[in-house]
Amino acid sequence: MAIELKMPALSPTMEEGTLAKWLVKEGDHVKSGDILAEIETDKATMEFEAVDEGVISSINVAEGTDGVKVGTVIALITNADEKSAAPSSKPVASVPVEMPAHSAPPSNASNPRPTETSAAAANGAMQTVTLREALRDAMAEEMRRDDRVFVMGEEVAEYQGAYKVTQGLLDEFGARRVIDTPITEYGFAGVGTGAAMGGLRPIIEFMTFNFAMQAIDHIINSAAKTNYMSGGQMRCPIVFRGPNGAAARVGAQHSQNYAPWYASVPGLIVIAPYDAADAKGLLKAAIRCEDPVVFLENELLYGRSYEVPMGDDHVLPIGKARIMREGTDVTIVSYSIGVGLSLEAADRLAEDGISAEVIDLRTIRPLDKATVLASLAKTNRLVVAEEGWPTCSVGSEILAICMEEGFDDLDAPVLRITNEDVPMPYAANLEKAMLVNADKIVAGVRRTLGV
Amino acid sequence: MILATTPAKKSASKKASVSEDAARANRERPTEPVPYKATKEELLKFYRDMLLIRRFEEKAGQLYGLGLIGGFCHLYIGQEAVAIGLQSALTPGKDSVITGYRDHGHMLAYGIDPNVIMAELTGRAAGISKGKGGSMHMFSTEHKFYGGHGIVGAQVSLGAGLAFGHKYANDGGVCLAYFGDGASNQGQVYESFNMAELWKLPIIFVIENNQYAMGTSVNRASSEDQLYRRGESFRIPGIQVDGMDVLAVRGAAEVALDWVRSGKGPVLLEMKTYRYRGHSMSDPAKYRSRDEVQSVRDNSDPIEGCKAYLAEMGVGEDALKAIEKEIRQIVNESADFAETSPEPDLSELYTDVLVEQY
Repeated sequence: MAIELKMPALSPTMEEGTLAKWLVKEGDHVKSGDILAEIETDKATMEFEAVDEGVISSINVAEGTDGVKVGTVIALITNADEKSAAPSSKPVASVPVEMPAHSAPPSNASNPRPTETSAAAANGAMQTVTLREALRDAMAEEMRRDDRVFVMGEEVAEYQGAYKVTQGLLDEFGARRVIDTPITEYGFAGVGTGAAMGGLRPIIEFMTFNFAMQAIDHIINSAAKTNYMSGGQMRCPIVFRGPNGAAARVGAQHSQNYAPWYASVPGLIVIAPYDAADAKGLLKAAIRCEDPVVFLENELLYGRSYEVPMGDDHVLPIGKARIMREGTDVTIVSYSIGVGLSLEAADRLAEDGISAEVIDLRTIRPLDKATVLASLAKTNRLVVAEEGWPTCSVGSEILAICMEEGFDDLDAPVLRITNEDVPMPYAANLEKAMLVNADKIVAGVRRTLGV
Repeated sequence: MILATTPAKKSASKKASVSEDAARANRERPTEPVPYKATKEELLKFYRDMLLIRRFEEKAGQLYGLGLIGGFCHLYIGQEAVAIGLQSALTPGKDSVITGYRDHGHMLAYGIDPNVIMAELTGRAAGISKGKGGSMHMFSTEHKFYGGHGIVGAQVSLGAGLAFGHKYANDGGVCLAYFGDGASNQGQVYESFNMAELWKLPIIFVIENNQYAMGTSVNRASSEDQLYRRGESFRIPGIQVDGMDVLAVRGAAEVALDWVRSGKGPVLLEMKTYRYRGHSMSDPAKYRSRDEVQSVRDNSDPIEGCKAYLAEMGVGEDALKAIEKEIRQIVNESADFAETSPEPDLSELYTDVLVEQY
């Protein structure tokens, strides 16, 4: 019987990859452990091993093919001894992962209308890059501009970044400025903070913000409070960055959104961009900023491609929200990956004649209240879509602002559309049920509209 | 090695085994420190500076009792020789210093105006942190004094960061990072040891072992109570020093600075010292006897010890009395200043949260 070899998922967030090279040809006899092919993901090149013994009876995807979806049959192995005619489908290597709903690509139908743009964007020339590359470019440009800027973290240098965000930086800037640390979050967060106090401009990468809980003392007690405690004498210009929020199928300890935690601390700037242009423009602003910045990225967005202004002068203002889509019936406020879901929800609502305005907060602290309240004054109804827990969330804060400063504009209670209030489960169906998605946002909007 | 002479808790220093000695002998170590040969002028300055800390802290204790200083107030009385002996060896404007919350002495050792320190303790606008920091949070970037940190052990990682900055900028500076015997049990201290030695950072780790972490004696909290050995598994050489003798401290500082400045990486100094007062003003110090404290005062007081050295050099009581008088005047003036200068304007509540406007 023929065994189907399927395109494997080589990381928790991989959706597709390039079949770079076949190391076997049709008719070859292979056994368990033989390397069959090399597969490139957006992060790395990986070897694909045989698990079963048999003869390669057909190669279905030629080498050099890009964009091969996880789960696609790439070859067949026939077991020579097997006479059974019954076809069998047996995935080899990793079972394709059912991706959570929120990792669907952003809808093309949405109509972004940036209200805050950089000089570079105004010039018009754009290029398509992944969010991962945009972040790397931001760091590289700022490192070229200012010798005080350096990057420190686990696997940022020789490994080229656990998520390949720092790819190429070691080659260009060398080991003095791109520094691999031991696995020692509390310690290197302190080293970075001390270096900032001493006058440098550190970028501290956390492999994920889940690990930054070991270091949160330095982020809050050492970095955020220094300027105030010293009466303005001692600054701490540092960027703490890394992926935040749920990834995919990594369970409770690796899936959490820390935006509300850091956003509650005076003295910190908290940024959580959605697309690559914002990621680049805001990271550059964060590196130049005199204040300590927590820069929250999203692993599921790293591989997505977006239009980014050309050149090295794309710097965006901190503290300014962006109206992603104009509307008149309801406002959906979101940030980070929730923006994509909100745009998707807005498209679906538009099909039913409901006009939703979508706001990307971009900076969580200081929060651009004016943009939120102006939109509320226009639509009179508001929901917050947030990939995070509901309790004491950024959504809770928006609700409070609407009550305190927008009460007269409200025609309905503001709703929080968030993840469920439970730790992240591992099982694919439970994970999907736990996370916020466009369906839930659409339902929330309908509730607030009473339709 | 200069062993501590404090009679308190004489935990008979454990003899290192032959194999340990052999392993250590294979690695280069700093030379054994010898007491610093101070000139009469230098010794007089040490005396004066230690006395300033002593009298300043006594006055701070009084002001606390009067309700003029609030919150936590950790006095440095008894430990004066450590800050003076070490910081007198630094190069001003080049080397950096960072410490924990028992920081008044380290600031005075830098020659920072006692008025602005005392005014910070009383929470006044003229305080060095505009009254917003308090006793535990004082800084002077002008002197490269980076605080003043209230989280036990945090200053060790931050100090490693300052040392990283010295190395990055190749400015020849060394960071002196002080912490206590209590902080020496914090995990991040060892994370910092590891990185500091791995990257050969120019840092001197100074454990001010005053024998008690709040109310817990070293022996009750530390499985290895010879704290100078705490860096050994990171290959950081450790030296135990009599922290009650300013010349012994200064001598150790010279050796440590030579080692670090020559690019050999960090060094760990354990300063065996003693605090006469409680952990903070609210500490009744029931965990030790009056006799123990009195015995240290009688036999190992750093200022009395310095006086004895001065007597050997022929400096008479009269000269010392003149210094005492001058110091008392400075301290009284600082107390008056701290008491009479105004509290911060209420508008200061909202300033300095962020540097930039957004």
